[in-house]
Amino acid sequence: MNAPNKSGWKPAMQAAGSGEGSAATHTGNRALMLEEPLIFEIGHRETTGVDLPAPSSGGSDRLGRFARTAPIDLPGLSEPETVRHYTRLSRQNYAIDLGLFPLGSCTMKHNPRLNEKVARLPGFADVHPLQPVDTVQGALAVIDELARWLIALTGMHAVAMSPKAGAHGELCGILCIRAALDARGESGRTVILVPESAHGTNPATAAFAGFSVEEVPANADGRVDLPALKARLARGGDGAGDVAGVMITNPNTCGLFERDMKAISDAVHDAGGYVYCDGANFNAIVGRVRPGDLGIDAMHINLHKTFSTPHGGGGPGSGPVVLSEALAPFMPLPYTARTADGHIHLVEEERADAFSEEHFGGVMQSFGRMTAFHGQMGMFTRALTYILSHGADGLRQVAEDAVLNANYVLRSLEDVLDAPFARSGPCMHEALFSDAGFGGGLSTLDLAKGLIDEGFHPMTVYFPLVVHGAMLVEPTETESKAALDQFIGALRHLAERARAGDETLKAAPVHAPRRRLDETQAARRPVLTWGGTDPR
Amino acid sequence: MARYFTTEHEWIDVDGDVATVGITDYAQEQLGDIVFVDLPEDGAEIAKGKDAAVVESVKAASDVYSPVSGTVVEANAALQDDPALVNSDPEGEGWFFKLAIADESELAGLMDEAAYREFVANL
Repeated sequence: MNAPNKSGWKPAMQAAGSGEGSAATHTGNRALMLEEPLIFEIGHRETTGVDLPAPSSGGSDRLGRFARTAPIDLPGLSEPETVRHYTRLSRQNYAIDLGLFPLGSCTMKHNPRLNEKVARLPGFADVHPLQPVDTVQGALAVIDELARWLIALTGMHAVAMSPKAGAHGELCGILCIRAALDARGESGRTVILVPESAHGTNPATAAFAGFSVEEVPANADGRVDLPALKARLARGGDGAGDVAGVMITNPNTCGLFERDMKAISDAVHDAGGYVYCDGANFNAIVGRVRPGDLGIDAMHINLHKTFSTPHGGGGPGSGPVVLSEALAPFMPLPYTARTADGHIHLVEEERADAFSEEHFGGVMQSFGRMTAFHGQMGMFTRALTYILSHGADGLRQVAEDAVLNANYVLRSLEDVLDAPFARSGPCMHEALFSDAGFGGGLSTLDLAKGLIDEGFHPMTVYFPLVVHGAMLVEPTETESKAALDQFIGALRHLAERARAGDETLKAAPVHAPRRRLDETQAARRPVLTWGGTDPR
Repeated sequence: MARYFTTEHEWIDVDGDVATVGITDYAQEQLGDIVFVDLPEDGAEIAKGKDAAVVESVKAASDVYSPVSGTVVEANAALQDDPALVNSDPEGEGWFFKLAIADESELAGLMDEAAYREFVANL
């Protein structure tokens, strides 16, 4: 569409195209869906939102040659203009507060408002990490209490609370493994095995930490090929093998529980390695399975998935890492510890050895720090609120309902969408489909774009790689049966169109604020800066 | 000049002791629009079956493995500016890198064109 917007300026992202019919209005708006230009296109250089006195003379002289000679091309907007700009943009967005968000492996569950209320209490919200610990005992008690819950729910020995998100937690776990190997004098173990069904961040983490990555194939069921894994471990020779450990995602990215997990752990331990589990999909098993019972040595927990803290633009992540007895001595500092007198300590470098010896009869061999301070305090408060408001029985029901919902989606659609592992047993938290049977050259991408027209965020697409044209749907326990039925109805309609080779699906989305974007050009020739040179 | 194929959908042209490596037409078709190619440095020593390059499409990032062991003598600079060459001419202008072959006997385990076509037909 080429109509100017309400200010008489050409709309932003014109090349991307906008929805049907928008050219018909004088403003480019469609009723209350506003056509919003870039902030640079609505800002005036002469406008300012604040009333500052003119600088006293001579101020700039002191800057010498560093004084600015040309105006800085920042858009000037008043406060209401700024608020309206971002509010209008937000209305073109989709969020968990608007509807079902079926993004597989992301666990886009509802973020309870109670979490927000508690996180805003001044005793939690207004503390500073450098305050004397005696003045923040309440905040430290939250960290300590959450740590105890995470240890209890996972059956592990210790937890490192400071990692800031999933991949950061993976790095923390892998660095613990490295430190443990170094302490054993086995730094020559340089290989991390990663199954095909693992998250993409797993091999990236291992490589980043300096390990070489080898893939373990999946079997026909979509699970780890245990004989292949054992064969690879045996190749390392007896005694001093070359395998440092495995990184495995359980439940895996095919939405399946790795039933051989204990056997996998035993085989890796027998070969002298450690087991890292990607806990991103913990939501499906929380309260039902304790990873510690499966022989896992390290696992991160995405508080922003399983424990309902906001994510996807809504807030920072948080990825505490639970550790086995073997890896616990190597965990990063600082950590909280409650002594018999009820006082909660923040254990840092200066006192780590003495403290560990005095209170735990062990020596701290921490590999260092992941972060400057304690971790994501605001997320700890929210996650503990979620845990305490559900209780142990409620958390167990979370897992059961999440799995039930995913299976309802899987079984409701397997007659119109190919479900490659439908015969491998019930799925866990997510239902996996492929593009087999689509006609007319239609692809997974077309169906995903069609879902936008139907008013839903698309599911995860083209992942995992082991399935052609993969579509990964994770409804979470948040959704009611009525909401699931509505989503299933939309997906069924789209699947039938795709099977029939309905070419109009290639044009989707047609009802969204923007038509289909050119993802290829966006990747090949991204325009990341504003190219305009003429702010008014 | 002989051309061989791998089960990972790489092709390799052997000319004397230098080989040219790329990904097959089937591979580019599966990947979709290629948006970025990360190539090995000149002089890099790569073992057979180890990752030598990365190809990124709108769908996924994938490793490209070296069909044989050897030393990289040239990477296709044209792909940095125009990764779409991998889509338009995967088994020609869209080649990835050239390799001085370390051990010619490693070629023995690779497929010829007919065997590869049959392999793909059965996928």
